[in-house]
Amino acid sequence: MDLGPHAGFIIASYVLCAITVLGLIAWVRLDQAAQERALKELADRGIGRARTGQDSKS
Amino acid sequence: MAFWDYANPTRFLKLVETVLPWLTGLCVIVFAVGLYLGFFVAPEDYQQGATVRIMFIHVPAAWLCMMCYSIMALSSLGTLVWKHPLADVSAKSAAPIGAAFTFMALVTGSLWGKPMWGTYWVWDARLTSVLVLFIMYLGLMTLWRTMDDPIKAGKAAAVLTLVGALNLPIIKFSVDWWNTLHQPASVMRMDGPSIDSSMLWPLFVMAIAFTLLFFVIHLMAMRNEILRRRVRALRMRAASAAHPGTAAATAQPAE
Repeated sequence: MDLGPHAGFIIASYVLCAITVLGLIAWVRLDQAAQERALKELADRGIGRARTGQDSKS
Repeated sequence: MAFWDYANPTRFLKLVETVLPWLTGLCVIVFAVGLYLGFFVAPEDYQQGATVRIMFIHVPAAWLCMMCYSIMALSSLGTLVWKHPLADVSAKSAAPIGAAFTFMALVTGSLWGKPMWGTYWVWDARLTSVLVLFIMYLGLMTLWRTMDDPIKAGKAAAVLTLVGALNLPIIKFSVDWWNTLHQPASVMRMDGPSIDSSMLWPLFVMAIAFTLLFFVIHLMAMRNEILRRRVRALRMRAASAAHPGTAAATAQPAE
């Protein structure tokens, strides 16, 4: 596949988009791990959510 | 089960758990098809040559940055008018994603502009209004981080988001209202797209892929925000129990 004389611009565009998307994915995954860790620490200390009737039905 | 039942964060989390793997798989497949079509099936443009392939990421990113802000504006209405428990969570979670898509649109546009226009940047109406959108996203993200109470921050951000929504028609019609270096609309036109179908189809497939990507990350970010509010509420409840007489935790949508 020949990207022509402006190949650098095309490749840079796709690479920068890929980095941005990977950054977004890393952000949500790291944030999820941090929140789950915090919830686990709280649960280990005996601090948990009181189950509501609505929750238990769902 | 009615749609409104998903206002319950616990039910919403269960829905996310079920939907997310399928949505992620579909997103990966559509991206693979879109990239294949964009690089191996779509022809080169007779004027722009291979640089037209930047269009397959630039245009979807630009569409998504506006769609994301539209979703935030609707969510803000949900926060202010209907006080929907997940509306504020949705708006807050969408802001960084919208900022990322706007960044992608600006950078790829700039990289496309240099070989085609001879410049990376020009202060024309379209480029400047999209830059304003990017600054709006950053401002909203900062506002949410500045205030401790997510409910108060959500209301302030909702008002600012709705004011900022005035920028959306300016972005859309900037190329018609002013004389800009940026080309006028070539897909969403009253008389139909002016792009050949051999390029239009890859563009649509990539637009669907970007849209799926947005929803995948948005659902994941919303799940994180619900968990964050749950952690905050539990910590405040624990602190309140340890020190009776101090202020009780503010009621949170994630509770």
